[in-house]
Amino acid sequence: MHATAPDASPEPRPGDPATGDPAGSAARRREVARALAALLPADCLLSREEELRPYECDGLAAYRQQPLLVALPRTEAQVCAVVRACHQLGVPLVARGAGTGLSGGAMPHAAGVLLSLARFDRILDIDPLARTARVQPGVRNLAVSEAAAPFGLYYAPDPSSQLACTIGGNVAENSGGVHCLKYGLTVHNVLAVRGCTVEGEIIELGGAALDAPGLDLLAIILGSEGLLLIVTEVLLKLVPRPERAQVVMASFDDVGKAGEGVAAIIAAGIIPAGLEMMDRQATAAVEPFVKAGYDLSAAAILLAESDGTADEVAEEVAALESVLRAAGATAISVSRSEAERLRFWSGRKNAFPAAGRLSPDYYCMDGTIPRKALGAVLRAIEAMEQKYGLKCLNVFHAGDGNLHPLILFDANREGEWQRAEAFGIEILELCVRLGGTITGEHGVGVEKLNPMCVQFSPAERAAFFAVKAAFDPPGLLNPGKAIPTLARCAEYGREHIRRGAVPHPELPRF
Amino acid sequence: MEGALAALRTAVMEAHRARRPLLLCGAGTKDFYGESRAGAPLDLPGYRGVVDYEPSELVLTARCGTPLSEIEALLTAERQFLAFEPPPLGGDPTIGGAISAGLSGPRRAHAGAARDFVLGAVLLGVDGEVLRFGGRVMKNVAGFDVSRLLCGSLGILGPILEVSLKVLPLPREEQTLRFELGEAEALAAFNRWAGQPLPVSATAWWAGAAYLRLSGAAPALRAARTRLGGETLEPAAAAAWWRDLRSQRHELFGAVRNLWRLSVPCGSAPLALEGARLSEWGGALRWCATELPAAEVRRIATAAGGTAMHWRGGTAGSRFHPLTPAVLAIHRRLKQRFDPHGIFNQGRLVAEL
Repeated sequence: MHATAPDASPEPRPGDPATGDPAGSAARRREVARALAALLPADCLLSREEELRPYECDGLAAYRQQPLLVALPRTEAQVCAVVRACHQLGVPLVARGAGTGLSGGAMPHAAGVLLSLARFDRILDIDPLARTARVQPGVRNLAVSEAAAPFGLYYAPDPSSQLACTIGGNVAENSGGVHCLKYGLTVHNVLAVRGCTVEGEIIELGGAALDAPGLDLLAIILGSEGLLLIVTEVLLKLVPRPERAQVVMASFDDVGKAGEGVAAIIAAGIIPAGLEMMDRQATAAVEPFVKAGYDLSAAAILLAESDGTADEVAEEVAALESVLRAAGATAISVSRSEAERLRFWSGRKNAFPAAGRLSPDYYCMDGTIPRKALGAVLRAIEAMEQKYGLKCLNVFHAGDGNLHPLILFDANREGEWQRAEAFGIEILELCVRLGGTITGEHGVGVEKLNPMCVQFSPAERAAFFAVKAAFDPPGLLNPGKAIPTLARCAEYGREHIRRGAVPHPELPRF
Repeated sequence: MEGALAALRTAVMEAHRARRPLLLCGAGTKDFYGESRAGAPLDLPGYRGVVDYEPSELVLTARCGTPLSEIEALLTAERQFLAFEPPPLGGDPTIGGAISAGLSGPRRAHAGAARDFVLGAVLLGVDGEVLRFGGRVMKNVAGFDVSRLLCGSLGILGPILEVSLKVLPLPREEQTLRFELGEAEALAAFNRWAGQPLPVSATAWWAGAAYLRLSGAAPALRAARTRLGGETLEPAAAAAWWRDLRSQRHELFGAVRNLWRLSVPCGSAPLALEGARLSEWGGALRWCATELPAAEVRRIATAAGGTAMHWRGGTAGSRFHPLTPAVLAIHRRLKQRFDPHGIFNQGRLVAEL
């Protein structure tokens, strides 16, 4: 489910031996390879062009870069040795999990080593009494829940890529999923991380105990996109699997009304396990492929999941039905079996692949807004479709205010990728203006460096660099990602918007 | 409030220029908390007021000086609450103080800690800049999560000017069950129950009895009660029990000389500590009134895979558990970058910073 777009080279980095100096690059590659070959078995180091190519991008294929080398260590001691060697030689390091990220966070550095943690794929321990799982970073998200299932437990965060994405990547991105309004993001479900500092030293942050002394450094590691620490082990919190889950599906003849339906659910004191919305373009795209039974005449549909004990779910489902009816739902159906519940969800979970079937390429955005601004944003996106001459499907983690507009385009048509990119940027800037953010769960990576200039002031970005320097003084861990430099923002030339500064954001002004 | 903010900015800028340490002061309810208190007082309660609260957004934004009681009254009127149950310790703390201390109440093991509910924070930097991190939305991964780093920082990176918190609907119903159980049996039972789909929202063990609070819809509570048995406490008595525990008016916190707060993995067996003991958070938090030497208490905590904090009494030695050298080095560099002249709450969180 990767977004695809044509090649677009990242900006050259000054001082890179690899830019415009192939001879220097080759010499550097030999030097670094020699140093690492002394530390790793031969099958843990890749340096030939054809071996490096599979690593040149992550899920954001629009941005590609070959690394100097790829290292695939098997042990923590090997990770530390590689990191120490790179520290000594001043070589950048980019950590990579499964490469499913959507913002280019794992895109290699031209003059750096790509450190794949794919071989760190062991679940070290499951403690059913303490409800924890100690895992290596290369373990797949879904594998944790599968291993915990015999104990009636599971790992709650469920990004849509959970079949493939790794826990290490989830830690780097602070990944969410469709159940995070009730069960939290990665930051709420990780108890501790163990990792290698840029100096090659192992540290542990957080712990099986709930409080740790000092500053909450664990919190800042979560979502730090590999800029602060190379994670080698993670202690996850597991939660009991609910007895029962049921989905209420409601149709609305207007997207604004569907948004009000979401607010009404919250106002009624209900926190659904999942609360998702799809607009008509999205349901029309998925229905032919998944036959989920969506109401194609509806302007938008809402999916609200209730979980808990059987009696509790029965009561909550009844409450959801009456709230949604009062909010103007034109049709409501409730899943009558587990098979039907999964069928209702299948359309939502297949929205990205469906976009891929509809159009040669698509570009997935990830902004968050205050929920009340939903109607205004969807109307604005409709106007942007006209402006850019491109179609957009809207799927939405409605409970969290997290939008995923999927902009459809054809990279082989002159100028369409550029139009799609401009369309996306305009959506993100609108999110900031309404008091929201440019990324809810996919991260900044290389993709959203420019919008970061709009969301944060120079002083705020300086504070981020201060955090970076405190963990990584030489600046070797995933450099150039997540936080734009002052120079880059000056070149981008767009003003920092004071968040939520627009008076009366509820008024349509687009 | 613009005048109050301008005054704070000026005071900070001047202190930074003159390299004059400041002591950040809220309502003063946690003056006892921390390694040391030094510097000229910078009073924050004047910068107050709820900036934004829309119940259907589940987010409340307030200036640091806003009294916790004011926020809780506003939330109660909308049938919502701060699910981390910040403990009011001997007075009415400010929200800025509650977040800077980062302490959580009885619900912590089930609902999450203070930091889990922080969505955004505004920091006053040493140069007088107003720095906004996070936001007022549920999900936000733009930039490092500095707002959560500030939670529990005890002001060493600067004053939190404003904070945005996730709020939740009040549980429909609550009920507390009491069981006659020894410490080891109670701790085992807490963890067993937490692994089942039961609506547990708090646990405590004290003086031969285990207390289990259930929160949620009536049918879920009914089912849990039938399954677990135990004695159901009168609603008023149950509410008083948890309120006293949260605000540390429980008898253990009364006339003891030395009180230790140990944070250990929840599955740990009873600790070999002489003295009155109380457990919370499914056994992850252990209070103990012991006269054992500090080094011995710390050794016992460390052996169990946790840490020990000297909560009250005994002025010699540090209150907090020592940091490992590598972690301390990161603290030092963070402090150096955010507050190069060390003007904010010197030595309060970490003695040497």
